[in-house]
Amino acid sequence: MSLRQNQVLPAAARKERFMTTSAIAASEVKPHRRPQEVAANSLGLLLLAAVGVWLIYELIAHPQQFASLLVIGVGNGALYALIALGYTMVYGIIELINFSHGDLFMLATVLSGIVAASWFSVDSFTFAAVGAVALALLIAIVVAATVNVAAERVAYRRLRRAPKLAPLITAVGLSFMYQWVGQRNFMSGSAPKQWSTMFGNGSFSIGSVRVPYTTLVVLAVTIPLLLVMVYLVQRTRAGKAMRAVAQDQDAARLMGIDVDRTIAFVFAVGGGLAGAAGLLYLQSVGTSNYNLGFRLGLIAFTAAVLGGIGNLQGAVLGGFLIGVLLSLNDGFLLGPHWSMTVVFTVLITLMVFKPEGILGTATTEKV
Amino acid sequence: MSTPTDAAPAQPGVRKSGEDLLTIEDIHVYYGNIAAVKGVSISVKPGEIVTLIGSNGAGKSTTLRTVSGLLRPRTGKITFQGESLVGVPGHKVVSKGICQSPEGRRIFPKMSVEENLELGAFLRNDKAGIAADKERVLDLFPRLKERIAQKAGTMSGGEQQMLAVGRALMGSPKLLLLDEPSMGLAPVLVDLIFDTIRTIRDQGTTVLVVEQNALAALRIGDYAYVLESGHLKQEGIAREMLKDDSIVKAYLGG
Repeated sequence: MSLRQNQVLPAAARKERFMTTSAIAASEVKPHRRPQEVAANSLGLLLLAAVGVWLIYELIAHPQQFASLLVIGVGNGALYALIALGYTMVYGIIELINFSHGDLFMLATVLSGIVAASWFSVDSFTFAAVGAVALALLIAIVVAATVNVAAERVAYRRLRRAPKLAPLITAVGLSFMYQWVGQRNFMSGSAPKQWSTMFGNGSFSIGSVRVPYTTLVVLAVTIPLLLVMVYLVQRTRAGKAMRAVAQDQDAARLMGIDVDRTIAFVFAVGGGLAGAAGLLYLQSVGTSNYNLGFRLGLIAFTAAVLGGIGNLQGAVLGGFLIGVLLSLNDGFLLGPHWSMTVVFTVLITLMVFKPEGILGTATTEKV
Repeated sequence: MSTPTDAAPAQPGVRKSGEDLLTIEDIHVYYGNIAAVKGVSISVKPGEIVTLIGSNGAGKSTTLRTVSGLLRPRTGKITFQGESLVGVPGHKVVSKGICQSPEGRRIFPKMSVEENLELGAFLRNDKAGIAADKERVLDLFPRLKERIAQKAGTMSGGEQQMLAVGRALMGSPKLLLLDEPSMGLAPVLVDLIFDTIRTIRDQGTTVLVVEQNALAALRIGDYAYVLESGHLKQEGIAREMLKDDSIVKAYLGG
């Protein structure tokens, strides 16, 4: 290597740091692998093995109950995956943890209830009810997407070059605003609100395993949505623009990509998925609550971190894993009162042993 | 210090005549309250290689970033083919026919070489034209052809630089802006890049290149501007500047 290079590089690096904030983000150095990490890794594997042994024990001891819990877990997991995608997409493109996302989901549950139950009195599985629920789904998706885009336009866009704490606090503030709206009497009110749903508690059995109809509905809506997402990000022009903006905003601009519009589009897609999750949740559970978003949001956030924040497939995988884990905990381990404890245990354990998540990468690729 | 291997035939001591492709008139550009460019005027004529030299912090990159619409001048005019570029956002500047290979390369590290090149043609719809340009870029830089499926972030600095230039060419620009194409490269690669810049000009693309490697830049340039701490210090026929004692002393290590 030439001498010249040694003179030029540090100076140029200094200049770049001075010039663009995205260069600052790029130059943040991730921690190096320390020798202690080997020990931590084996401890982590030990924990994982313990969970594995517990699962196998329960599977052998109570196979039928295990299968039922698995079905419930997969159904819930699909919802967590939909919400987690909204977290992970926004983080992937502007490195913001959008803490208001769970509350956006809550607003969508209430809205879908108003459309399906209040306007169309959906309470049974009829032809008209299917149409009404489909309409409610559409409205929930469109409204949630619009609200999310508006939040980006009004709040986050101005803070794009601000210190990272500013948009984070703004997200918390928006979360309170959404909850306030959800608490109005025409929305969910202060107490949990019951809504009539298409299937109620209806279910059918495979062998002796009970499968709720709503689980089928959830999967029937979620799986196509996830496939469309994969197609959108990997095959379309908009997806290409998204990936470029996520890696380097200024470079994307130099390619002719409209960065503002691309980021708005990501908020629209993330919001839309939360809207769909809102309807599916309400049709499955039948109860809305203004502070629901806090709980579900944290579960979905954990799912996103578990899969590797910023990674779409990771969010889906994390969603299903958390769903199944929580369901098995409810049935076998500590019971539903301890759900959040389990979630936070997963989150903390992850932070200690594998902060980049299952599918995330810890490598620094930018030079 | 490195030099292009075969020097172009000596230019006559007059500049090309004709309309400007790009005209920058007395722009002032600020970062917050700090002025980086304080009244720079530059003109680029079709078919030229115009070089912008000067030491670190002279305002060269800022000038290019302003032309590309990443920064907005506080005062002054920028005109491209008779149209004002002031206030035109970055992504629209590209659609007018100005593509930039930015300082520090700024390739998309997690994408393959091919995806990077395709992003360079993001605004184009003519499939045949894109394919032809891809062919042309891969002919200019055969090394990229070998690495076509590789993740761009795993390539060497020289290869990334080739990719950055190739990616800008994929937009089929009328004016190609190159910011420090020789930065951090081994001398043999510097020669290759500068030879290629001349080839690109000969194929009909006008080039505005910013360089710290003044010698190499003046050898391939038609016309040159020297910037010093945000001001225009000197301008003239590039090859004549090579003989100018003050330039040699200040920038060529004479």
